Amino acid sequence: MQLNSNVPSGPLKDKWDKHKFELKRVNPANKRKFEVIVVGTGLAGGSAAATLADLGYKVKNFCIQDSPRRAHSIAAQGGINAAKNYPGDGDSIFNLFYDTIKGGDYRAREANVYRLAQNANNIIDHCVATGVPFAREYGGLHANRSFGGAQVSRTFYARGQTGQQLLLGVYGQLCRQIGLGGVEMFPRRDILDIVIVDGCARGVVCRNLVTGEIESHSAHAVVLATGGYDNVYFLTTSGMHSNVSACWAAYKKGAAFANPCYTQIHPTCITVHGDYQSKLTLMSESLRNDGRIWVPKNKGDKRSPDQIPESERDYYLERKYPSFGNLVPRDVASRNAKLACDEGRGVGNTGLAVYLDFSEAIERDGEDVIRAKYGNLFQMYHKIQDEDPYKVPMKIYPAIHYVMGGTWVDYNLMTSREGLFCLGGANFSDHGANRLGASALMQGLSDGYFVLPYTIGGYLATQSLTNVNTSHQAFKDAEKQLTEKLDKLMNINGKRTVDDMHKELGLIMWDYCGMARNDAGLKTAIQKIQALRAEFWENVSVSGSRKDFNQTLEKGYRLADYLEFGELLARDALMREESCGGHFREESQTEENEAKRDDEKFCHVAAWEYAGEGKDPIRNTEPLVFENVKLTQRSYK
Amino acid sequence: MEEKFINLTLKVWRQKRGEKKGKIETYQAKHISTDASFLEMLDIVNDDLTIAGIEPIAFDHDCREGICGMCGQVVNGYAHGEEKGTTLCQFHMRRFKDGDTIFIEPFRAKAFKVVKDLVVDRSAFDKIIQAGGYITAKAGGAPEANIFPVTYETGELAMNAAECIGCGACVAACPNASAMLFVSAKISHLALLPQGRPEAAKRALAMVRTMDACGFGNCSNERECENSCPKNISITNIARLNREFLAAGVLSTAM
Repeated sequence: MQLNSNVPSGPLKDKWDKHKFELKRVNPANKRKFEVIVVGTGLAGGSAAATLADLGYKVKNFCIQDSPRRAHSIAAQGGINAAKNYPGDGDSIFNLFYDTIKGGDYRAREANVYRLAQNANNIIDHCVATGVPFAREYGGLHANRSFGGAQVSRTFYARGQTGQQLLLGVYGQLCRQIGLGGVEMFPRRDILDIVIVDGCARGVVCRNLVTGEIESHSAHAVVLATGGYDNVYFLTTSGMHSNVSACWAAYKKGAAFANPCYTQIHPTCITVHGDYQSKLTLMSESLRNDGRIWVPKNKGDKRSPDQIPESERDYYLERKYPSFGNLVPRDVASRNAKLACDEGRGVGNTGLAVYLDFSEAIERDGEDVIRAKYGNLFQMYHKIQDEDPYKVPMKIYPAIHYVMGGTWVDYNLMTSREGLFCLGGANFSDHGANRLGASALMQGLSDGYFVLPYTIGGYLATQSLTNVNTSHQAFKDAEKQLTEKLDKLMNINGKRTVDDMHKELGLIMWDYCGMARNDAGLKTAIQKIQALRAEFWENVSVSGSRKDFNQTLEKGYRLADYLEFGELLARDALMREESCGGHFREESQTEENEAKRDDEKFCHVAAWEYAGEGKDPIRNTEPLVFENVKLTQRSYK
Repeated sequence: MEEKFINLTLKVWRQKRGEKKGKIETYQAKHISTDASFLEMLDIVNDDLTIAGIEPIAFDHDCREGICGMCGQVVNGYAHGEEKGTTLCQFHMRRFKDGDTIFIEPFRAKAFKVVKDLVVDRSAFDKIIQAGGYITAKAGGAPEANIFPVTYETGELAMNAAECIGCGACVAACPNASAMLFVSAKISHLALLPQGRPEAAKRALAMVRTMDACGFGNCSNERECENSCPKNISITNIARLNREFLAAGVLSTAM
């Protein structure tokens, strides 16, 4: 497979403008002749669908939930970055670009990240124009706060629910277009195959989750904005319906999958309790602005936190990283929490927790100020843990929260399959091996509002696409294949539930492919996943009917894909014999236990190509070239 | 509170897809941790039902952290359960005692048809937003973000309204199945902000008209909506909706 990033030539800061000028355009009257399928209604998919329709394209938009307003972008808490420099602390577009490249441990494309930083300010302007109520100062202008991996305050926020407010802004724009007839909305659909005609993506096959019917939809281009694959770990902060199925179907149809081993473990999640637990809950990184992370200095200290004097506490992030303190990037904070617990200094019943303590901030600023900034997060913690975080320090532990890997795309956000685009969390493009806080929202909106609407025009204007509708044989074949797969799943009638097997997969992934990975463990993981996959197709139990509203069947086919995808993730981690960002190979660390990159061998994107059923996938590489930043060992000391 | 394990009897509304009538079925929920959420309790019961060859109970859910608005059931007569300011996914089993019986029903309203078991169709809410619950703005032409100053207090009021998660509890709790709290939250959010003013009158008229057409009832100041709202949206928003609607009707030619 030939991977061409299509990054324009010229100076970094001029690339995007030059590219926009050079892209061919579709004239306004011709846009209505093109149909575009957009899968997903999160920040990326929703904004793309709304903007394409506003430009005049005919858009068909799909989502899993009952309403486009419920996509999982809604759960993002802390904020969205931009380089407005409102606080006057010396921020700039180049600074935002530099922090994002460095935060990603030099494993992202310079040109993509620079474009993201350029678009960030437009995003804030547009969101405000669409009614997003970002926090304000008393003078009426916008307020900013700090996030990990940055030494400026550049994060815009709406209490602890910035993702909700941004998504509802996008949802408003989308609803306007649905009302005007520019977008035809298909809620409660699972996209289970991508249809290729003459080498180009021309449609999708989906399951109607209410009736169980298999439906085909055709278009001139297909856009996937289906979010991340983190639920391969079962216990994550993702929504229960988040899945890899559409991207996995795309992979099997020629869209390479890049860097699946780049997973993000978020340092501040509410701790795991029982085996019945269905998901984990994040406590926003913004809490690290005011909360201090600590463990007891001595192993096995079981005293309650208020009984441990200041001199016997170890504020380990402040001690080890004095210049960034509690605001080091997520991968660094997570590994240090694990290290403290591995040393036997963890707290709580399980010993798998560290304290996030607000007592100093409450004493300094008063409880009301803390409540105004983080009230909903404190309330959420209180409900789940049944402990009042205004009085007792929060107990937190790292958990899977985001994935940087995803479908490979070029500078135009087109995958290695012609006519198939991928946006937002579902693609691999902007965060390298580690994403900084408040950057996911920025990327989703950049891709959907400000990149795809230009680049898809460049594609459509240069194609001579024949007319294709759903009576084409390619659709009939895909429908038949899908129906057979679902029938097979319904007829296993085994003894184990889908959730039970998904939990087992999640444990394999977490134990061998989680916060720390090594050669032997990854090989074990691959064997265990293969064995579990074989058992799944003989021993899973899916009740009900295929032609009905059937949530067990939904979970079943999503898990079937995860059982294949999990192996690719482990393979990618095995082959990348270096540590970078969220991917920590125990064999590759500095004397101080920091991630140690191997730029000679691994300064590239690994893009996996499907080679057919039962065959080993092919690992292609796209070299990463750095012309504007110098590759250094990341230091937050 | 210490974790305990309790046994419960569930009386659950079961209704096949496409059928007009359903009925209450009785199931046992065994060995439930008091630290489990209400939906995790249903997961356990569903796994037991699957193994016993009974089709699991269908219910909507997604984020399980109280923000997506997808979950919602009437538990012992309360939308989202008895705890104030809480979605069902954040309602925990520590609220129950060993041996309790729990009645579980879907959100009921003329405008919310039952899809299956506890799942209802809330697409009427989307239709109301499509009618005008937005600000018209093209991606590219927005002015600089700080050009519209908003006082801190106004920003807070707008945000209080904007927090609505569109779950439908207000409709389920209202004896008239009115959607006034939902509609007023969006109208208030946008009407309070300077960027929302140009379309305020048109928005109020279009959204109220669509709300009526979807079959929601009228408001008679029962305040059940406010009491059941998991995000504590205030009924003062309904007063603001009424003012916006009246002003729009009197002053506008957009009737």
